[in-house]
Amino acid sequence: MVGIIGYGVYIPRYRIKTVDIADVWGDDGEAVAQGLGVFEKSLPGPDEDVATISAEAARNAVKYAKIDPKEIGAVYIGSESHPYAVKPTGTIVAEAIGCSENMTCADFEFACKAGTAAVQTCMGLVTSKMVKYGLAIGADTAQGRPGDALEYSAAAGGAAYVIGEEDPVATIEATSSVTTDTPDFWRREGEDFPSHGARFTGEPAYFRHVEQGATNLFKKMGTSVDDYDYFVFHMPNGKFPVAMGKVLGVPKEKLEDSLVVRHIGNTYSGSSMVGLARVLDIAKPGSRIFMVSYGSGAGSDAFSIRVEDEIQSHRGEVPTVDDYIARKTYVSYSVYAKYRRTIKA
Amino acid sequence: MAEHGVAQIWRKIKSMYNIIGNHCTTCNTYYFPPRPVCPKCRRKGHLEDYKFKGLGTIHTFAIVRQVPEDFKTQAPYVMAQVELDEGTRLTAQIVNCDAEDVSIGMRVRACFRKITEFGHGGLIVYGYKFEPTMKVTGHKR
Repeated sequence: MVGIIGYGVYIPRYRIKTVDIADVWGDDGEAVAQGLGVFEKSLPGPDEDVATISAEAARNAVKYAKIDPKEIGAVYIGSESHPYAVKPTGTIVAEAIGCSENMTCADFEFACKAGTAAVQTCMGLVTSKMVKYGLAIGADTAQGRPGDALEYSAAAGGAAYVIGEEDPVATIEATSSVTTDTPDFWRREGEDFPSHGARFTGEPAYFRHVEQGATNLFKKMGTSVDDYDYFVFHMPNGKFPVAMGKVLGVPKEKLEDSLVVRHIGNTYSGSSMVGLARVLDIAKPGSRIFMVSYGSGAGSDAFSIRVEDEIQSHRGEVPTVDDYIARKTYVSYSVYAKYRRTIKA
Repeated sequence: MAEHGVAQIWRKIKSMYNIIGNHCTTCNTYYFPPRPVCPKCRRKGHLEDYKFKGLGTIHTFAIVRQVPEDFKTQAPYVMAQVELDEGTRLTAQIVNCDAEDVSIGMRVRACFRKITEFGHGGLIVYGYKFEPTMKVTGHKR
């Protein structure tokens, strides 16, 4: 059955505290951090972008999977901060991990759920025997306009998943999606920063699509919250996934392990995929995981995942999500602004 | 508009992304960048492409404070001679580490980074840099 053969993440080393951003804009930092549930966020170094983050995560995923990268038949990268507008990031990443030239590749964009859309595409290619392995990556170096609410959460990081059929570390039992035209967040061509509908990003956008995605998959599978040990929801901030859990009746302890947003912020296309990786780092064989990603614009992808015994022989090969979270250096707002190029050198 | 230097960079992509050099099977010496001929064995040498593991130690280093224009956002930064486990040395930037924490003998691993870019609309050049090896939970060795 189709599943995850290997996975890997990458989170840049630099962090800025929510209170340090709030100080610049005259906000109450403690109140903002508590309100958003985001206490610090990751940011890319001056020589890091989606290509470098994706390559590092993909190298970890291939090592974890213990496969020959030449057997990967498809590379798809979901992001809203690809370094080139025209020239696929996947071409750079495929070369950097030593893929064969005889494979297919494309970049995906669907706000924060482009990475899980890539997972679904790889599932289709693997199930139809068009490829042996597919590599799906979600990564971003998210930008928030200086002074905008998004600046507190827009972060950098990514996760890569090798999808295949032989000896998966976790089986993907089923997936389903919801898609509507809901303009809650967008960025027009040539614009440096995204725009959003403020409170409109909540009820009609995130909550509606994630809830509908979850309900659809429960119905399709004939399962309920009680059948799962862990839940992962897209994390635009620390508040939304917790509120979503309450609506769906998910016990707090089943959601807690996925909430990486508190330590690294919202890594956009990487968000739910890094959350899933943190759960896979610790979940026992036989555990079941329910994940729902969300992408503005808007849509959600829901997945039902079962952890297999195989996972035990792969752990310890590459850094875990917690290893990357622990490796950090704080920077001031001025260094952050320099690295994000909001001040020109 | 055509951009100069694209072909030159394209030719180096394989070796710059994955540290691919070569290995002389006659004298068991590793080379990076790859050599057209083994300088020790000459015509008796037999060279094969070799992908370095990307692990090594810092042989020596310098902290760069007077930096080129392209590297202003990274100052000060560290350039080091890294001795790879296979025995060859190469020069690379050390990242993910404060300049004052770098030391001779420090264990490092290759990472994938942006080297430079040809202006805002130009080509982005990627390649290897090195970073301190990091903790891997559950790693047995």
